[in-house]
Amino acid sequence: MIKRMYHWFDSRLGISDTFMPMLRHPVPSELAGPLGWWYVFGSASLTLFLIQILTGIGLALTYVPSAGQAYESLLYLNYQQPWGWFLRSLHYWSGSAMVVMALVHMTQVFLHAAYKYPRELTWVIGVGLLLCTLGMAFTGQVLRWDPDAYWGVGVGAAMAGRVPGAGPTIVDLLLGGPIIGADTLSRFFALHVFVIPAILMALLAVHLWLVLKKGISVPPKPGELVDPATYDAAYEEELRRGEPFLGEAMLKDVVFSALVVIVVVALAALAGPKGPSAPPDPTLSGANPRPDWPFLWLFGLLSLSPPAAETAIILIMPVALIVGLLAVPFISNRGERAPSRRPMAVLLVVVIYAVLGVFTYLGQQSPWSPRMLAWSADAVPVNLVKKMDQPLSPLELQGAVVFQNKQCRNCHALEGIGGTRGPDLTTVGTRLTRDQLIDQVSNGTPGGGNMPAYGKQMSPAEMTAVVDFLVSLRPAGTKAARTPSDPSREKSQGSGK
Amino acid sequence: MKLLTALLGTVATAMVAIPGVGYLAAAVARRKDQPWVSLGPVSTFPKGETRLKVITPSENPLAQPWDGVTAQTGVYVRYLGRDENFQDQFNVFAINCTHLGCPVEWFPQSGLFMCPCHGGVYYENGDRASGPPPRGLYHCVWQVKQSQGEAEPQLFIQAPFLPTLQHTLTDKG
Repeated sequence: MIKRMYHWFDSRLGISDTFMPMLRHPVPSELAGPLGWWYVFGSASLTLFLIQILTGIGLALTYVPSAGQAYESLLYLNYQQPWGWFLRSLHYWSGSAMVVMALVHMTQVFLHAAYKYPRELTWVIGVGLLLCTLGMAFTGQVLRWDPDAYWGVGVGAAMAGRVPGAGPTIVDLLLGGPIIGADTLSRFFALHVFVIPAILMALLAVHLWLVLKKGISVPPKPGELVDPATYDAAYEEELRRGEPFLGEAMLKDVVFSALVVIVVVALAALAGPKGPSAPPDPTLSGANPRPDWPFLWLFGLLSLSPPAAETAIILIMPVALIVGLLAVPFISNRGERAPSRRPMAVLLVVVIYAVLGVFTYLGQQSPWSPRMLAWSADAVPVNLVKKMDQPLSPLELQGAVVFQNKQCRNCHALEGIGGTRGPDLTTVGTRLTRDQLIDQVSNGTPGGGNMPAYGKQMSPAEMTAVVDFLVSLRPAGTKAARTPSDPSREKSQGSGK
Repeated sequence: MKLLTALLGTVATAMVAIPGVGYLAAAVARRKDQPWVSLGPVSTFPKGETRLKVITPSENPLAQPWDGVTAQTGVYVRYLGRDENFQDQFNVFAINCTHLGCPVEWFPQSGLFMCPCHGGVYYENGDRASGPPPRGLYHCVWQVKQSQGEAEPQLFIQAPFLPTLQHTLTDKG
């Protein structure tokens, strides 16, 4: 009965006539063997994308894309709607995994030089898919509508606002109004739910069409060169010995996708949904905005770039990166494909991932950010004020209080506790003389560097006390720093005590 | 016939496109007006102290009714006392760091604004002290006015939009 119904539809729609040849299309015979495991990452990205569509539709049933109520609807999803927390969690973890899988897929294609003739366009479309995926990650982060989301948009706007001339207009179009608010969230909702997915699916269709049309690349062999003049004939010959995709090759895709799904679901169940952390109230103090992990490297890079180069890095670097990626198949679309014969390509991958990894790590640690609560939360370590050999004088003790109260601790650690924007001051008394300390505290870093000038922020008495305390910060038995050229000043530096 | 098709096609496309572009561009138009908003009587700002003054969603003239808590805006207000002409003088700063727009926090003990993102620091008068910011804090446009029926003069500011480096809250920056 079901079979007959299928035939009724099939004879009219031509399903098996259209799709069975696609599934049975021949692929190089190596793909049925162990080398076929290299080819599973693209389909895993696709599987995760399907999960994103399903969980996304599910979330859209409850989520309210209104600036005033989005946060409450997220809390409702997390704590009241049955399975709401899981759907949010799965959407986040599967989305993160999709970014990872797309990158792994791209890296595999790059290392095996599968982008070379005749698959240049497949690579170009793939770059578009990566950008769409990252676009989904960013717009999705905004829909979380907590302080990270709010200030993430703010940072995006501040960056866009630096475009010469057009900056303010771009900011207006991005925000949809004068402030980050309802219009902004609605815009990002439309981007996340309609615009970017539409582009992504269109690109995906072309990407898959090209995979069918131009075939799957043969695993690279050293010495087997790509030559556009002879490639097509050789590939056709290869396919004549090939295997149908529906079979061993496809099974690998299915097995790997299933494993990825199991891992993602397990992560989602164990780790739970991300945020929302707090209401998106811009006046809430203690905000400490951080982007989601795919953008941490950018956060790190922007913190560490020299101010003079900053605008150039913000505006030119992303364009250069995209153009560079798009240009890959046009720089070399022929020749060797095996990674063992392309050391520069391998080196490039290693360098790029090392750089991204280091910046991501630094972005996560953000040693440049002041610890806003350190001054009131982290006490001065006891052994710095209660030294066995040399108890601190009342003035020095007062200096320790000044040190905390003036928020020095937010940037300077003592015994490793506190901010790390400036140097750890546990032994500063051995490095800087009293005069140097007074100069440093009063004037800060010359030329407006990392340390603000405290000259006007402290009374002379406070300055004396804090510098006395800083001079006392040195290991037992060591003398205070002094200027080598002027030994007579040793006494006045308090080391004689 | 070909000409007619092209003509009709162009007209039809334009008829759809022009309202569409106009609709999207409305965001740019909305920024034109900068209505005044009261921050309360001058006497509520102690001399020489910096206060985070919150403009609630219902007070914020730039807000949409459905903006919720995001329509809440904070500005830092510092009353400087009176100048030689007995005019009240204020510093009013937007909360946004000039580096990348994060919210700066005021520390009265050290008299500094610190930014949690990349460690930008500003002095109490808004000047850049250290870190990556390319300039000092954004100043809001303010005025002191005594409306009819009010017991004492009030501090007004032009409701702050999200300021960026090329579009500050004042003409002079």
